[in-house]
Order: sequence, then C-alpha cells, then structure tokens
Amino acid sequence: MRKAAIALTAFLGGLLIVLGLGAGSASAQEGGEAVQGTLVSAGQPVAGVKIDVKVEGGVAVGNAVSDDKGKWRVDVPSGGRYEISLDTATLPEGVGLINPDQQTLRVQVFSGNVRTVLFRIAPGGAASEKSESKWDRVPQLIFDGINFGLIIALAALGLSLIYGTTGLTNFAHGELVTLGALGAYYFNVTVGLNLIPAAILAVVVAGALGYTQDRFFWGWLRRRGTGLIAMMIVSIGLALVLRNLYLYFFRGQSRQYSDYTIQAGLDFGPVNVTPATLFGMAIEIVIIAAVGIALLRTRLGKATRAVADNPSLAASSGIDVERVIRIVWTVGAAIAGVAGILLAMQQSVNYQMGFQILLLVFAGVILGGLGTAFGALVGSLIVGLMIQLSTLFIPEEMKNVGALLVLIVVLLIRPQGILGRAERVG
Amino acid sequence: MNWDTIFSVSVESAIGTSAVIYTLAAIGINVQFGYTGLLNFGQAAFMAVGAYGLAIGVATWGLNFWLSVGIGLAAAVALALILGVPTLRLRADYLAIVTIAAAEIFRITVRTSNYRDVTGGTDGLQQFSGAFFDINPYGRGEYGIGPVSFDERTTWVLTIGWILVALCCLVVYLLMRSPWGRVLKAIREDEDAVRSLGKNVFSYKMQSLVLGGVIGALAGFIFALSTGSVTPDSYAPEVTFFAYTIVILGGAARVLGPVVGAVIFWLFIQFSDQVLRQAISAGYIPNSVMDTTQVGAVRFILVGLGLMLLIIFRPQGIFGDKREIALDAR
Repeated sequence: MRKAAIALTAFLGGLLIVLGLGAGSASAQEGGEAVQGTLVSAGQPVAGVKIDVKVEGGVAVGNAVSDDKGKWRVDVPSGGRYEISLDTATLPEGVGLINPDQQTLRVQVFSGNVRTVLFRIAPGGAASEKSESKWDRVPQLIFDGINFGLIIALAALGLSLIYGTTGLTNFAHGELVTLGALGAYYFNVTVGLNLIPAAILAVVVAGALGYTQDRFFWGWLRRRGTGLIAMMIVSIGLALVLRNLYLYFFRGQSRQYSDYTIQAGLDFGPVNVTPATLFGMAIEIVIIAAVGIALLRTRLGKATRAVADNPSLAASSGIDVERVIRIVWTVGAAIAGVAGILLAMQQSVNYQMGFQILLLVFAGVILGGLGTAFGALVGSLIVGLMIQLSTLFIPEEMKNVGALLVLIVVLLIRPQGILGRAERVG
Repeated sequence: MNWDTIFSVSVESAIGTSAVIYTLAAIGINVQFGYTGLLNFGQAAFMAVGAYGLAIGVATWGLNFWLSVGIGLAAAVALALILGVPTLRLRADYLAIVTIAAAEIFRITVRTSNYRDVTGGTDGLQQFSGAFFDINPYGRGEYGIGPVSFDERTTWVLTIGWILVALCCLVVYLLMRSPWGRVLKAIREDEDAVRSLGKNVFSYKMQSLVLGGVIGALAGFIFALSTGSVTPDSYAPEVTFFAYTIVILGGAARVLGPVVGAVIFWLFIQFSDQVLRQAISAGYIPNSVMDTTQVGAVRFILVGLGLMLLIIFRPQGIFGDKREIALDAR
C-alpha cells in the first residue's frame, strides 16, 4: 500500500505535465534603501517609462527607466519621505494612469529597507475604470474566486483528512504548501529544469516530507499518547521551524519561476484568463475529482472514511489504521504541494506563502465542517468567492478579512459547518 | 568575540523592554490558558488594540494621554466580548483558529491604506507618548549597574513596566486564591462538573478572557511607549507564539511562571543572537554558511524547536505541575 501512496504521488506529479503559467509581480532585491516597482498594464510589462524620485519638497535624487520586464529601481541615500513621479509622456500610446491624480506618490522609506511603489496603469488609462461599472467586474471576480477557491481546496483536502483521521489541527500544513512552491523553484531555477518536470519532482518531495513527518514524528507522538492540544501546539512550533528554515535557505525575497511567467490573457466574454491559469484549474479539478472518487469508490477510500468516522471501530474491523493515516499524510502533503506550485504561479514564490493562506484554508475547512473531505471543497470555494467578491465593497488589501469574518459568523450560527454532522463541538 | 558585550546585551534584554512586554502578554495568556484552559492564540490582537487605542486617541484624535489609555483598555474588553460570544462555547481548537483569525483581521484592517488617516497604514502612528515622558522623573543620562545600563526614557518605561508586572502578578495571585479562581481552575479540569454545580461556565470563561486581554493591552501600551511608535506588523501571530513559549517555559498556572519564562527566554534569545552575530563578524562562521541577515531566522528556528521540545518532554516547564496543564482535552 506504501507503493500505492508513492504511485498516487507520482500520478499527481504527472498531472502537472499539463501545466503552464504565471503573472508578473514585483520582487525585492537586497541592498541599501531604494524605491522600486513593476509597471504592468493588463498583465503585460511596460518598458521605457521614466520614473523620477526626489526628496519630499526637496531635491531630485535620481530617476530610472523601466526595463523590458517593467521593473524599475532608484537607490535613495537614506530613509525618509520621497516623492515618486511617473512621466506620463513616456507611457506607450494608449496606456495611461488609472487614477490621474496619482502621477506623483509620496512614500516613507525606512532605513535599510526597499520600498515597493505601485503605479496603477491600464490601456485607456482613467477611462478603463470609469467605463466599467462595479457589476461588470462580477463575472471575472467569480471566475478568479473559483480558481482561488480550488487552490485552497487542494490544501484543505489534506488538512481536513488529517484532522479527520488523527484529530490533529495541523498548523504546519501551510509549510507543505510552501515546500511545493519552493521545491519547484529549486528544480526550475536553481537546477534549470523546465517548470513541468520541476513541479513533478517538487510534488514528490512534498509527499515524501508528509510521509516522513508522519512516519518519524506524528506517529511517534501518537504512540506516546501526546494529547491533541499538545500536538496542535507542537505543530505551531514545527511551523515556526520549517518556515524559518525556508527563510534561512531561500531568503526573504519574492521570486518568479523562469517559465510561463508572462502570458497574454485570453478573453472569454467578460472573463480574461491566461492559458496557464486554465491549465492550473484543469489540474485542480482533476485532482479533486480523483480524490473524491478514490474516497467513495476504492477500498482505501472507504477505509479512510471509516478511520475518520471512528478509529477504534475501524481498527477492530481489521483496517490497518496507521497505514491509512500514513497514506492520508503522504497524499495530503503531495496535494498541498500542488496547491503551492499553482499559487506561486499566480502570485510569486516566497517563504511564507503557505502561512499566509493557512488561515483561509482553515476557514474553508471549518466552513465545510472539520474532518469532512467534501465539506472542505465546498467551504474552500465559498472562501475563494467571498475573497474575490468582497473587493466589490471593501478595499482590495482587506479582501482576506471578509473570508475570516464569515468564518466567525458561521461558527456563531452553525458551528459544525455546512456539511458537518450536528454533534456537540463544545 | 567580545564576551563583555555579549553578556551585557543579553542581560539588558532579559530585564529590558522586550522582557516586560512579553511578561505582561504571557501573564494574560497564563490567566486564559494556564488557569482556565482557553487557547487564546490572538493575544497579539489584544496587544494591538491596546497600543492602537492609545496611539489613535492621542495622535489621530488629539485626546488626553490618560483618556487614550482608557480607550485602549476599553477596546481590549470589547474585543474579548466580541471574540468570546461566538467561540467560548466551542471546542479548544476552534477557539485557537478563530482568535488567530481575529488577530489577523485586526492587523490587516489597520494596515490598509484606505484608513491611513486614522491608523497610519503600514507606517503606523508616532508621536503619542509626549505626556508619558513629560512626567519622567529621571534626568538625562544612563542608569544601571556596571555595563548594564539604559537611557532615561527606557529606564522610565522599565520602571512603569515592572511595576505593572508586579501589580498583575499580585492580582493574579489574589484572584487565583479566591473562590472565583478556584472556579476557573475547575473549568479547566472538568467543565461539566462545574456546570452541574450551578456555575455559569460561559460567564466565567468570558471574565477570564477579558482579564487576560486587558493584561495583554497593558503589554501593548509598554510596547508602544518603548518604541515610540505603533506599526501593524509588530503584532504578527509570531508574537503570540513567543508568549505561549514563555508561559510553557516558565510553567503554566504558576503566578511567577511568565516572569521567569520571559527573563530566561530573552536572555537565551539575545545571547544566541549575539554569539552568532559576533561569530559571523569575527569570521568564525563563514559567510557562505550564515550571514547576519539569517540570524533572525535562526532565532525563530530555535524558538520553534524549544516550543516543540518543551511540549513533548516537559509540558509543565520549570515550575509547573504536569497534572495542571490543559493539553489533553479534545
């Protein structure tokens, strides 16, 4: 059965062959104080745009011209307040600032830090936003929400199944997500493989870490009789250790894979999507369907559900509970790794990306009902949609707040979650 | 390697502002987790609402300093009530997730640029501590013994900080000897038994959450005053995890556990930090293995390892009693 787990991990990796993708975003560099940014218009980098920097109300410090990836950077002498202006005359024909009042931005640069400055530009400039009413964005937001919800669901499946079979609330699950993304970066950029084989290897590595974690650590704690609350706190410690090991080796920057990072979007009616995102979604759906069918139809899946339902009863009816748990850990970790790679292709790779989505994953799992695999799927989709659609009403920076608030409200009215059984959870 | 500097910096840290801040935060957690068994993982939020209440009151609304301290305390009480209502009836792990979520909701909201006029966005707020340092009795200069010394502002913050620590310890000591404290400990051991005695468990848990949260807000005040600024990202979830490590290190459900825990914690953290930094600058550790920017990561790795090892091998910490630690509940 161990073979089965390894085979499934490899299968999941294989699915990634269908993969392409990415979106550009700013990446930090090391050095002294500086301001930097990336100019992107409708997903495409904008080159040749002049940026002037001066001390607030004072002398000019320097200027820069964006390169062919849209990146620009101006070193500043020390921390302090600076005025950064974009020379609109150098923008390409037809591209303009979305908010013309923001041609000059004033920012605080802290000593020793690099400050990222965002100029929002788009084809048609100011007209691009005005012509589009709030409700015209709904189809795109729903699409993005489903896509993000599916990524959360991948991470949530493993978390929920591990909770269901062992009772562990695993705060270190986000680090498995990060491991997938970092592993793919290592094989892709450091080793130099194409992203697709790199992703497969990374998924195998994530699955292997899941297996080792359970084989040598969590299994040992269970046999010792460590309490569930104690194990939860241990997982917080483990998350701190893993996250900072990533920071130690990978450093604090956000980085991009070397393949499929810049793609033109395809238009499907009101929805704009890059081919890579479409392939990513196909992978998400195939994996979720495969796990769902496996849970419902295979002997192993039935055994898993039996263990989740009642471990002692499952053991007494001849199911090898430890083996089921180990397979759940391996597969759950591998799927979390897939989630990390897909997430990194849409945002960028950094050492705390898994921790940043961990609470959203928990929200999805709790919304659907802790321990239920299909609940995790439904809950995650709701979280993904909530996050995207809430930007209609609240600032973009606060979009995660909406999903977390829903979590609290659901606990008020239906603590067992949408698909959870109504049992006492208090 | 300059061992004099290493020792003086470590000792300064062990009795300095970080130790005070984390002692107060840990005393709050000790009331909630140690005595009542509530897993509040949102202590950073209680610190943040205290600090932001003070800073917004003075810097944004131009109110009196002491009135703003009151706003910070009231905000902590309000947060405890808002958090407690949906979660205190639920199992421990739900409370843990919801309190972390609440802390992140608060942090993300105050760092949003749309509310920059009130909260200062990612830059946070400054210039709210004038009234506090106006009554500073210490004249300009350094205060301390031998190589361990602090400037007059830090000395004033530390004086007030350690007085607050002493008062909080006294309050916790008296409360936990009272019938009220015995009910809390009974809730930790067996909620249903307490319910069957006719006690309102929910109400007692809520009072415990409020008390611990208010002590957390005091930690937020000291944090804000010691740095002279309030920034959202100083209240990341790691702050809470550090405070938990301190509670468990010192011994949960012990009055002086958090104090001892915080002193040892910061002594150890700063000592290892300094040794690594000096070893790097002296060339004992080649830059290819580790440079100074990686020392921060090593600090967190050590804390994480420490937390894991403590919980697995010595959950009662230094002073605690293993039978009193609420770690087995499901």
